[in-house]
Amino acid sequence: MVVAKNGLKRVVIEPVTRVEGHGKVTILLDEKNKVQQARLHIVEFRGFERFVQGRPFWEVPVLVQRLCGICPVSHHLAAAKAMDRIVGGENLTPTAEKMRRLMHYGQTLQSHALHFFHLCSPDLLFGFDADVAIRNVIGVIAKFPDLAVQGVMLRKYGQELIKATAGKKIHGTGAIPGGINKNLSIEERDGFLKDLDQMVEWGRGALKVAKDYTVEHLELAKEFAAFPSSHLSLIREDGAMDLYDGGIRAITADGEKIFDHVAPEKYNDYIAEEVRSWSYMKFPFIKSLGPEEGWYRVGPLARVNTCDFIDTPEAEAARKEFMAVTDNKPNNLSLAYHWARMIELLHSIEKIKDLLHDPDLQGTDLVVKGERRGEAVGLLEAPRGTLFHHYKVDENDQVTMANLIVSTTNNNEPMNRAVDSIARKYIDGKEITEGLLNHVEVGIRAYDPCLSCATHALGQMPLVVELVDCEGNVIDRRSK
Amino acid sequence: MSNTITFMIDGVEIEGKPGQTIMQAADEAGIYIPRLCAFKGLSPYGACRVCTVMVNGRPQAACTQPVAPGTVVENDTERLQHLRGNIVEMMFVEGNHYCMFCEKSGNCELQAMAYRFGIAAPKYPYLFPERDVDASHPDILIDRNRCILCGRCIRASSDLDGKNVFQFVGRGKDKQIAVNAEARLADTDIDVTDQAVSSCPVGAILKKRVGYAVPIGERLYDHKPIGSDIEAARTAGS
Ligand code: FES
Repeated sequence: MVVAKNGLKRVVIEPVTRVEGHGKVTILLDEKNKVQQARLHIVEFRGFERFVQGRPFWEVPVLVQRLCGICPVSHHLAAAKAMDRIVGGENLTPTAEKMRRLMHYGQTLQSHALHFFHLCSPDLLFGFDADVAIRNVIGVIAKFPDLAVQGVMLRKYGQELIKATAGKKIHGTGAIPGGINKNLSIEERDGFLKDLDQMVEWGRGALKVAKDYTVEHLELAKEFAAFPSSHLSLIREDGAMDLYDGGIRAITADGEKIFDHVAPEKYNDYIAEEVRSWSYMKFPFIKSLGPEEGWYRVGPLARVNTCDFIDTPEAEAARKEFMAVTDNKPNNLSLAYHWARMIELLHSIEKIKDLLHDPDLQGTDLVVKGERRGEAVGLLEAPRGTLFHHYKVDENDQVTMANLIVSTTNNNEPMNRAVDSIARKYIDGKEITEGLLNHVEVGIRAYDPCLSCATHALGQMPLVVELVDCEGNVIDRRSK
Repeated sequence: MSNTITFMIDGVEIEGKPGQTIMQAADEAGIYIPRLCAFKGLSPYGACRVCTVMVNGRPQAACTQPVAPGTVVENDTERLQHLRGNIVEMMFVEGNHYCMFCEKSGNCELQAMAYRFGIAAPKYPYLFPERDVDASHPDILIDRNRCILCGRCIRASSDLDGKNVFQFVGRGKDKQIAVNAEARLADTDIDVTDQAVSSCPVGAILKKRVGYAVPIGERLYDHKPIGSDIEAARTAGS
């Protein structure tokens, strides 16, 4: 135990709490038993950066997928984008770029569908306070069977796209340095076209559920873990949302640009990471604003906020509706993540539609190479937010340095703020009520943190909340 | 004297030629005997014992054992498959074999053998040895984590390439493949087109920067198990 500033005591996290797949929240009370601070502890897997050292660079896009069981494709593509630059092949052929985009939209679709239908829809359909016995995916299947089936089918469609582009649903090999190892056959394409209209229909339906919920509960959303923040994402040259590529844009809570179109390889000049003694996960921040003020949100909410427009018609119409709610200023409501996520889900389906009709996918020019580089950065808008991969490779082709900032790390501070604001609002005396636990869970879930594949497979987030008094004693503990 | 030697494999009459090994005769007859250290064009070696068969009731390496008239050979029996499977499992735990991201996946004979024997996860404890990577050569990489000590590269280099690039050093669990040079592979006269490179059954000696160029679904063992090429001759012929 360590005595901190302000006479407040805090508990040092024991290594035993480093159980993968558990989110742990510590609520620290002051002498008057008021919330002093609430902290979210997520264990981040950092071993990879060591493990990859000495490995040949072309192996990395496949190897790095072991980092995450939920969105391995994000790591696959971010690493491949870095390795494109290592081999001087960053100007991909149209077939290679479009195949990779198809893979990426497929994965965004499957990830967003999983998150929304399996993890969030119970909260939204039954209310946060509903009995946990029905507020789960089984409850959704019982009460809203059509919706549950749509979730499964949308996800499956996304996974099949991954298989067709990467070779396997998980841990495929499609993206290789400078390109892709296969194109899309006519038979594969026609298989997807057959079900496409149905997917568009279901995507619209999901968007409507998320939108209606947010609009109907706007007052709640304005109270619940709502706080101003900067927002960061990749952006296309013309200001359009781009989930696969672009420069980095950061805006303030009011929509002022902090920086714009920053080349990925310059990320280090604009973003730094702070280490805090109580957390295993770093806290990234925008350098010009400093560690106190420089934190930002990433992910669907940030992306809808940062972009000037979306280049697919239905998602763009949805974006306009979304922005109108906050008078075209950035939306800073944590609960609005769900709506933004479903705008992206529909956007992904629209993109998939455009791509499937593009004959470039049947092209045979798959790989380009150019002048070799020793260092490269690959950035991607993963389903959960901006993902940074940075590598150095020596003249023997071996990796000598890797630095990753994953989406959940980018959202570390906002998630902590969300938990803190919820704890202050819903704490009741010296015990952790079921209601508090539920609200904390809903708040964290809005950000879709990547806790582990087990978490998502089970359809629920193992969460431990501890209440710590000013002496540092754990006075209550509740988990689910 | 007749020029054929007649013997039995699993109750099937086989005709071999004098000087042939059981494996060679079986191959011609379209009977697959599993193997890892044996390689076409290289002399019999008998290192891995994956080809173990019962000859008149006694275990022998089919790749070194000459055919003899009237012998009774057991090959595809439950007991032998079990024994061979155990050998393959030991190879897995002895090195650091991560099929899920290995670029040789789908083209690897060790992996394909494990699939053929239906091995899901080894029952022996992993040894997680510390092995190194030699990436000094501009076009060739040695990853000793994946070496199964079959010795193919040693023999291919001397017998087929007319060089002498590789040799074994160390004993027992410390045995490993080394290069005949001061320090590194870059200091040898190996060339990327050498058979020493292409003969490696696993992902231990690799041509650099090839990686995952062949998509999943088009790799050697994606659709057919290892040995099916040999067995195809039999199905076609019979
Ligand atoms: S193949 Fe006969 S001992 Fe290896």
